[in-house]
Amino acid sequence: MSPPRTLRGRRRQAVNALALGLASLATLLGLVMLAWILGTTLIHGAAALGPHLITEMTPPPGAAGGLANAIFGSTLLILVAVLVGAPIGVLAGTHLAEYGRNGPFAGIVRFVNDILLSAPSVVIGLFVYQIVVRPSGHFSGWAGSIALAFILLPVVVRTTDETMRLVPISLREATLALGAPKWRMITQVIYPAARVGILTGLLLGIARISGETAPLLFTALNNQYWSMDLGHPLANVPVVIFQFALSPYESWHSLAWAGALLLTMFVLLVSVLARTLLRGRTN
Amino acid sequence: MASARARGDSIFGGLTLVATALVLVVLAGIALATLIGGWPAFARFGAGFVSHTVWDPVQRDFGALVPIYGTIVTAVLSLLLAVPIAFGIAIFLTEVAPRRLVGPISAAIELLAGIPSIIYGMWGLFVFVPFMADWVDPWLTASLGRLPVLGVLFSGPPLGLGMLTAGIILGIMVVPFVAAVMRDVFTLVPSALRESAFALGATRWEVVWGVVLPYTRTAVVGGIFLGLGRALGETMAVTFVLGNAHDFNLSLLAPSTSIAAAIANEFTEADSATYLSALIALGFILFVVTFIVLVFAKLLLLRLARQAGR
Repeated sequence: MSPPRTLRGRRRQAVNALALGLASLATLLGLVMLAWILGTTLIHGAAALGPHLITEMTPPPGAAGGLANAIFGSTLLILVAVLVGAPIGVLAGTHLAEYGRNGPFAGIVRFVNDILLSAPSVVIGLFVYQIVVRPSGHFSGWAGSIALAFILLPVVVRTTDETMRLVPISLREATLALGAPKWRMITQVIYPAARVGILTGLLLGIARISGETAPLLFTALNNQYWSMDLGHPLANVPVVIFQFALSPYESWHSLAWAGALLLTMFVLLVSVLARTLLRGRTN
Repeated sequence: MASARARGDSIFGGLTLVATALVLVVLAGIALATLIGGWPAFARFGAGFVSHTVWDPVQRDFGALVPIYGTIVTAVLSLLLAVPIAFGIAIFLTEVAPRRLVGPISAAIELLAGIPSIIYGMWGLFVFVPFMADWVDPWLTASLGRLPVLGVLFSGPPLGLGMLTAGIILGIMVVPFVAAVMRDVFTLVPSALRESAFALGATRWEVVWGVVLPYTRTAVVGGIFLGLGRALGETMAVTFVLGNAHDFNLSLLAPSTSIAAAIANEFTEADSATYLSALIALGFILFVVTFIVLVFAKLLLLRLARQAGR
């Protein structure tokens, strides 16, 4: 572009350069914050890593220990949440894509599901406290898993609905023309065709619930000891991080950082995996 | 044979319908359960629950004005920071960045959204709070703190904790959500519109400001409200850095609390039925407010989607 000759033209070019420069600066700021947060977690967390993390239990105040019970507890909570939430989510997504389609009911459910997707998780924790913890009289792993399942549910519903609607209509027509009933068409043709998308949704959901802390405070709570019992309070990594980080003890801080690093790496790995799957499909 | 296959279809269809209904039940259940749980507090304190600042667990007297105020102020601060930055990122990704940089940079910004909020909280407490206390707070008090009326917002000892710190951290968390919406809707602008503006001699910035932004205005506002919904309900990140103080203080640098932070901090300490009910009532208020904000956001976003679909 030739340089503008008029004063007004020069001013417009200057404003343009300034605006685009600020936009680049904003992007740089975002990247710096990402590096700052991840870098801090990596440095403090790596210093606290060691085999003791998976061989020793969470310690009493001021003492040394590991995170074995919390890591196991978190795994159990997430596993049960997926076993409860994923089938319900896939079925609901199936209804939206295969039965509801563009009808008014499906429209309302999609709308509500999107609201649920962004609803504050702390309130979902209170909800499960009211319907599970209060009637049963005590905090429990089951309550924690149910709370996480409710957070996972809208993620799975949405991705299942979206990917199943991407399956070509001709595939459905071909299957039905062979005389197959609709439920066989869905389970034996549509599900296999949409499986990568459904799996992606599941991974995104797992990434989302792994770091959830607030809802677990009112449901699974925490447990200083090794426990495999979902009927009682269950140790888990996020709540341990929360309690240890806010404590005055140096050894607890170090364990909190180790937990933070493990949690961040797990969550980011799962979401990167999900995105890679997604990209592989669109190509 | 025909009846067997009809049965298979109705069983499977019925199952999917039940699962779908559960989505609606969960949303209604959240509202109902928190309303019932908070009812004793609403009944006992009436309108005073939202207009009083006294929060006294010992006397069992609860007014939620401080956490409500803290929630609103931190959310507004976060948007003041996040909206310009997200706008900049969206412009950079759609107008400035070389094609091969767009993918990696988008992915990096999305990573910001993937970091669990408790990590933001820990980073905030151990890194950002000391940073604010050593560098930003003293400087703000010495400069803006001297202003006649606004000065009160920046007064007090430089603790690093408080609504300003929480607002900034929330802002960082909200940026990727708003930026993603803005970037997506910016690409929906018909290229004929953009190209005709370029052909008239408009600069890139003039195309963004004069063509792209007006075309996507409703969806951009929708994206901002989506971010607001996130900021209002965010819990762990602010719980670490607000300082959990129920004393009303106008200063953005003084310890405060928010609805979500109060619930997270005090729930396991609630030693009376009234205390517990007051916290659940706070949850109900939070749910209703975020619900309204999110519905508004969705409706605005749907409007552009319909426009683009036409």
